[in-house]
Amino acid sequence: MDTVHLEKDFQEKIDQEIKIEPKDFMPDAYRKTLVRQISQHAHSEIVGMLPESNWIGRAPSLRRKLGLLAKVQDEAGHGLYLYSACETLGVDRESLIEQLHEGKAKYSSIFNYPTLTWADIGAIGWLVDGAAIMNQVPLCRCSYGPYSRAMIRICKEESFHQRQGFEILLTLSRGSEEQKEMLQDSVNRWWWPSLMMFGPHDKDSPHTAKSMKWKIKRFSNDELRQKFVDVIAEQIKILGITLPDPDLSWNEERGHYDFGPINWDEFWDVVGGNGPCNKQRMHDRVTAHERGAWVRDAAIAHAEKRATRKAISKAS
Amino acid sequence: MKKDWPLWEVFIRSKKGLHHRHVGSLHAADEKMAIENARDVYTRRNEGVSIWVVESKHITASNPEEMDSLFEPATDKVYRHPTFYNLPDELKHM
Ligand SMILES: [Fe+2]
Ligand SMILES: [Fe+2]
Repeated sequence: MDTVHLEKDFQEKIDQEIKIEPKDFMPDAYRKTLVRQISQHAHSEIVGMLPESNWIGRAPSLRRKLGLLAKVQDEAGHGLYLYSACETLGVDRESLIEQLHEGKAKYSSIFNYPTLTWADIGAIGWLVDGAAIMNQVPLCRCSYGPYSRAMIRICKEESFHQRQGFEILLTLSRGSEEQKEMLQDSVNRWWWPSLMMFGPHDKDSPHTAKSMKWKIKRFSNDELRQKFVDVIAEQIKILGITLPDPDLSWNEERGHYDFGPINWDEFWDVVGGNGPCNKQRMHDRVTAHERGAWVRDAAIAHAEKRATRKAISKAS
Repeated sequence: MKKDWPLWEVFIRSKKGLHHRHVGSLHAADEKMAIENARDVYTRRNEGVSIWVVESKHITASNPEEMDSLFEPATDKVYRHPTFYNLPDELKHM
């Protein structure tokens, strides 16, 4: 079959909600889009462990420490599911990691903000994982089989992340004046970056149309962002604090909350490498990888030695 | 030395009495590490009672382009299904 026919067949499968699997025909641009999106997503899970790990050793109780440890461990798992999904598209793990370390691949810019107080761990769980869940649930129905299956696993695990975050904030909201201030300050700092996690406005997002046609994406950036605002604006009432947006108000006509303008200059600045922690994150990531090199090499050497020994004893 | 750990496919039996099912893949230096990594990556919440791992390179897969011809022999054999046989309604338990 020629390419025109193959591409027509491919789009027909997608329109009928038939999943595309690794060995099926797919247009080059579809493959490229997926590699970019899935690897970016995998990198985000891995880099996302860094700001939270900052508080594992300083968690206020054993209960909190166990919860946070389990969450961070999950994020490592999410990174691994996604790297595996990406590898089914014909890229090997080593080059994916190289792209991250050489700054050629992006990760979610939210992880370039610092975790200054314990409240930040709560705010991350509630807002950052919350925004991630909003983005990820529709990806469970993504047209590419391995990505969709990885997302189903991930979404099952995410809900505990958001709940543990909210519980941390709820506890602070019932605490001392100082704790309440810490809570408000943290939400003030994480709110806008969380809204930026949904990406540029639809009119500035040139890839959206294609991703929707391929059913990689099901909702646009602005649709998801609005859904998120509507949910959070209600949930925050339980915490007895406010979101740092004077324009936030319920719009009866639209049936949605209106909200103020997002500072896109800040967003592009952080994406471009100038966020408060970009350099530190990359430095920590690269250092960890380099320090682990001898372990990876030793494990291979050990496996090879055992295999040779086995072969010799079989031969004799 | 720079060598990637080989890729393994992971199969998990979620409960006694059920089949092992493919759940995903991972990298590991050898089979022992593959089992341990599979435990940590795929069964953090009691999702399994048994794990199989097999190096991906040992799996032979059918070619999706030949799907139609490969499965063609079964497509016209309706008589392999119970509903093909016409029996009276009075006949019970069959
Ligand atoms: Fe995650
Ligand atoms: Fe998470």
